[in-house]
Amino acid sequence: MDKPREIVVLSGKGGTGKTTIASSLAVLFRDKVIADADVDAANMYILMDPYNIKGGDFEGKPVARIDSKSCINCGICMDLCRFDAIDVINGQHKIDQLSCDGCTLCSLACPEKAIQMEPVMVGKWFSSDTEYGKFVYARLDPGAENSGNLVTMVKHQAKLLAESEEVKYILIDGPPGIGCPVISTLSGADYTIIVTEPSISGISDLKRIIKLSDHFRVKSGIVINKHDVNPENTRKIEIFANENNIDILGKVPHSFCIIDEISKRTIPGGQCRELKEPLTEIYEKIINYFELKNETEK
Amino acid sequence: MLLGSTKKNRQGTKTMKIAVISGKGGTGKTYFSTSLAMSLEDVDFFDLDVEEPNGYIFIKPVISDEIQYNLLVPEIDEDRCTFCKKCADACAYNALSILPQLKKALFFPELCHSCGVCSFVCPVDKALIEVEKGIGIIRKGKFSKGNFIEGKLNIGEPSGVPLISGIMKDHLDPERTAIIDSPPGTSCPVVESIKKADYVIIVTEPTPFGLSDMKLVVEIVKDLGKKTGVVINKDRGDSKITEEFLRKSEIPIIFRIPYSLEIQRSYSKGIPLISTVPGIEQKLKRLYEDISNG
Repeated sequence: MDKPREIVVLSGKGGTGKTTIASSLAVLFRDKVIADADVDAANMYILMDPYNIKGGDFEGKPVARIDSKSCINCGICMDLCRFDAIDVINGQHKIDQLSCDGCTLCSLACPEKAIQMEPVMVGKWFSSDTEYGKFVYARLDPGAENSGNLVTMVKHQAKLLAESEEVKYILIDGPPGIGCPVISTLSGADYTIIVTEPSISGISDLKRIIKLSDHFRVKSGIVINKHDVNPENTRKIEIFANENNIDILGKVPHSFCIIDEISKRTIPGGQCRELKEPLTEIYEKIINYFELKNETEK
Repeated sequence: MLLGSTKKNRQGTKTMKIAVISGKGGTGKTYFSTSLAMSLEDVDFFDLDVEEPNGYIFIKPVISDEIQYNLLVPEIDEDRCTFCKKCADACAYNALSILPQLKKALFFPELCHSCGVCSFVCPVDKALIEVEKGIGIIRKGKFSKGNFIEGKLNIGEPSGVPLISGIMKDHLDPERTAIIDSPPGTSCPVVESIKKADYVIIVTEPTPFGLSDMKLVVEIVKDLGKKTGVVINKDRGDSKITEEFLRKSEIPIIFRIPYSLEIQRSYSKGIPLISTVPGIEQKLKRLYEDISNG
């Protein structure tokens, strides 16, 4: 059995339609495990309707805690901390756990050994069944850090499932932005579907995410969502893609049907006529890409 | 100025620090916050969505300064280093690797959090020093209503948090009104961007996705004890589930922007909300007054 291929859906800019495209593709792809790597603001579960949900806690990096009985309030920790995580409250030095980065400097520097590092639960991960296959997702506690590590955990669980189920693909809905969680999503991926929209903001973010994807040497293709909202900008994206040798996988028009289906918590791909044709095109182009790749690798 | 006295600007109105957040991306944070800033006088606009800063598209500032934002990272002098491994053992991020047999010290800058623990534990004089490394750019400039300050994270850098906290520390003027465009999501960077805010505006869209993510940011805002109100964007008049949640949570709906293709077209061209919907500038001014009067 070959190693499952990881297909990730990213966008840079938020709200361009990643989850719409990822969930609709999950209906088309037969041989796959589905994962939601947007652990900060996980939404795919709303459409996937998971059951048989199992999972576990996700432990974050240990953070510092000051034992107020041993603390002599010398202030050395506060002077050294580069994350502004130590405050004086009613005369007592205290760690702000949301700001603590877990670097351990304060605990090493404390002359009274009054600072201990303690693990905190920062989220949960789940694996489940859905009508469309196995589905892994997670939830980071609001305000927590380390979402990159939780993304890695989600991907790892999805990979284990993909291997035990002997499926060909892992289809991953990714987070917005270009930071740590996106980097964790991209690392080890085989294909990035970048969902963009023809706005100036969308184009600006598209260019940044393409650079990141190139940096990780991941093949990318573009989906232009709501292409008819601004045909002129759509043209600009097509020219940009052409100049940079990136495939345009498909173009999706603005559609009230998509918004209505999501409001009803159903996957829009099966219901909305205007989505069907571009989705089939996207699906076929990706399948062809991997079939060709498999041939040449052999 | 006396500590604790009400801060007022030149016009004599109260100065507030208002952060605009959303949880879910693409709900209209930037679109709303830029127009809010543009409808006020004497205001500082901060773009802290450092991974994807887009506020400039609507504000159209004249940029006068570009400052590289640096963090301290270790540099090891292999001639002085005794390869004792204390730095690598202490590093919580596995950013250092010491190979005594090969007399090599390896540093992985993309893993470094610039905490300084390595230089603290190094027992040898000048074997490990800290040097500056750029992680992003701070762009400063002016627009018709005040100052523009933007953070832009370098591509490939894992975390925007230091850049966000650096901007807040060095550029937030306590005497001036500030509108802060925050990053999406519900984790660290968002917390960092709203820590110093007097009021947090949550921009949501009335979909199950918008609601699910808004619930998470509401928790953060409550944990931090911030006053908050919600803007419903892309309102099609059927926002019942969202409204019900807000009523139960006792969070006011402070503004609505209708769903309109015309607005979307205008947005896509980089035209701000106040230049698209007539009369909205006055409404935003009043909203600010209402917020600052508590």
